[in-house]
Amino acid sequence: MTRQTTAIPAAGDEAAIEIVKLNKWYGTFHVLRDIDLVVSRGERIVIAGPSGSGKSTLIRCINRLEEHQAGKIIVDGTELTHDLKNIDKVRSEVGMVFQHFNLFPHLTILENCTLAPIWVRKIPKREAEETAMHFLTKVKIPEQAHKYPGQLSGGQQQRVAIARALCMRPRIMLFDEPTSALDPEMIKEVLDTMIELAEDGMTMLCVTHEMGFAQAVAHRVIFMDQGQIVEQNTPREFFNNPRSERTKLFLSQILGH
Amino acid sequence: MSDTHSETVAYVRETMLPPEPPPLAESGAIKWLRENLFSGPLNIALTFVGLGIVWLVVSTVGPWLSHSVWNAGSMAECRQVIAETWGQGATGACFALIKHRWNQFMFGFYPQALYWRPVLAFGLLFLALAPVLFSESARARRIVLGLSMALTFVIAMVLGAPMAALMGMAVLMLAWAALIETRPQWSLLASLVYPFIAVWLLWGGSLWSEAMVLAGFGLGFVVWRLLAARFGLLAFALAVVAAVAWWLLLAGPLASMLAGVLPLRLRPVSSDQFGGFVLSITIGVAGIALSLPLGVILALARRSDLPVIKLLAVMFIEFIRGVPLITLLFVASLLLNYFLPPGTNFDIILRVIIMVTLFAAAYMAEVIRGGLAALPKGQYEAADALGLDYWKAQRLIVLPQALKISIPGIVSTFIGMFKDTTLVVFVGLFDPLKAMADTIRASFEWKGAYWEPYIFVGAIFFILCFGMSRYSMYLERRLKRDHR
Repeated sequence: MTRQTTAIPAAGDEAAIEIVKLNKWYGTFHVLRDIDLVVSRGERIVIAGPSGSGKSTLIRCINRLEEHQAGKIIVDGTELTHDLKNIDKVRSEVGMVFQHFNLFPHLTILENCTLAPIWVRKIPKREAEETAMHFLTKVKIPEQAHKYPGQLSGGQQQRVAIARALCMRPRIMLFDEPTSALDPEMIKEVLDTMIELAEDGMTMLCVTHEMGFAQAVAHRVIFMDQGQIVEQNTPREFFNNPRSERTKLFLSQILGH
Repeated sequence: MSDTHSETVAYVRETMLPPEPPPLAESGAIKWLRENLFSGPLNIALTFVGLGIVWLVVSTVGPWLSHSVWNAGSMAECRQVIAETWGQGATGACFALIKHRWNQFMFGFYPQALYWRPVLAFGLLFLALAPVLFSESARARRIVLGLSMALTFVIAMVLGAPMAALMGMAVLMLAWAALIETRPQWSLLASLVYPFIAVWLLWGGSLWSEAMVLAGFGLGFVVWRLLAARFGLLAFALAVVAAVAWWLLLAGPLASMLAGVLPLRLRPVSSDQFGGFVLSITIGVAGIALSLPLGVILALARRSDLPVIKLLAVMFIEFIRGVPLITLLFVASLLLNYFLPPGTNFDIILRVIIMVTLFAAAYMAEVIRGGLAALPKGQYEAADALGLDYWKAQRLIVLPQALKISIPGIVSTFIGMFKDTTLVVFVGLFDPLKAMADTIRASFEWKGAYWEPYIFVGAIFFILCFGMSRYSMYLERRLKRDHR
């Protein structure tokens, strides 16, 4: 992964995601504190940080799998409020890939990929299947289309999960530790898929510990600790020239061996 | 060691070992006996105690069963035959009673000339269920269809169904089977219409009244479909209002008008003529069919985020589960009459079906709630993240998996409910186990027959319940998705 990082796309007229003074509590625990973040279209952001730093919670707020208590989240021009219509609109525009894949075990791979396009987007079945096969080919497992998720390896399942999200033709993709549950041999196949996606210009937010991936594809690395953004920078600066003590400690721990 | 460098410290395998079959296990009956029956002093003792108990049971029940008499006209005749064949003082079962009173066990006091109607209703049940139960296996479905059609026809013929009825049922069954095999989607609609056909066959009267009830459901569905996009939940309320208005205002006059034009009438049979297995199976099938959807709704309501709905579901479930079924049946038979406006004629079997359904639904709800809780949170999150709304997520993702997990519990509830239908004896209906047996015993010929009716009715219940149990295991195997 020695690819040159492309330049951050200019922050255009409308940001893909705009987060203003976001605060969230679990009971009395203040899990996200005053998060401000603007993501431009086509920008690729890697969010890193120790466990419990709120990085997963942050990206799960973006499609409202978690509800925030204060602040504003505007995704693609739609503000997330209690309005269910807005939530469903945002969710159909934002794809998400989970740590544990969360494929639907009772449906075949193909059905996993066509379910939401058919029932949410109201696309005819045949067309949805063509789209699904297109993306399954893209993640290099078209031959598994008629198997069930339980018959696939972890890496294959995660690639299906990526294809399933792509079938909704999302404008933004969220990745919540997509390789953390995988064996080392399978991490690469998933990362390769993600890199390919990045090359297509997808807006991506990725929570991950894969620093090589961050260096190769991210425009920006955000480091979080205790529910706050501690540091953000280009990957080169972030890894070679970290500013805060907390970041230095974190990098020395994960890159130290 | 020729194929490895094991004499050096650095070790490189040059050839991979091929897989080999496992060593042949020691086998044989003696080994099995020693391991399972005589592995220690305690086990040896237990084995002999067990053998003793088996001997005790067999030596008492065995002769009684083997001396059984199948051809006799009365209990006295039975005893005489036993005494003649096996000597004075010998005991024996008198299953001649079953043969003699078979029809009564099956049909209660249903008019004999009309026996073919419950038989046809029962046969059609399998046609209605086959596309649902055996959707994945054409072979099993065809076997079930063929068997149920042939048996229904033959039994109806033996029971003396009129020629017109035989012709009619043959045409109906063949057409339906053809529909199932050629247009499976449409046959599901026919399955939905089945309950109305069954009610007509069982109780008789004008077909138009059932048709009008069905039309009310159809009207409600159409109203809901037309308005759902614009009004959401309000559309559902409007659909209910439309259906109820239809039933109250238009259904009656329309039914009599249509009956005037084209009288499709069967001789009416009143509910107090029902009895035996016709009664049990009617109540059981209706209860099973109604309690599953109601249980699903209650389970979802109990897990709802809306406090009022959740509270209502909890109250309903806890109240119904906290009260014995017999109490509910007494409510159905006695108390409802006080609450309903005087003059309302609310059929006793219908009242019992409602109570049995509510009772089973409360248990069903808890069984299904267990299945819902067993589903990983990630499934809900993935459905949400894809933009599926609540009902779509439940229908497409959550319920198929939760119901599959709950199959053993659901079928247990079905079986329990089916056996509980014998409790209707307490509200004056003729269940096969107690009421029918007592009626038969009350006759002069069969006075003193004690065990035989119970054994027979028990055996029939066992066959039906065991069938349900086997089907559920078949279904579990069919739906298995992890290791294929």
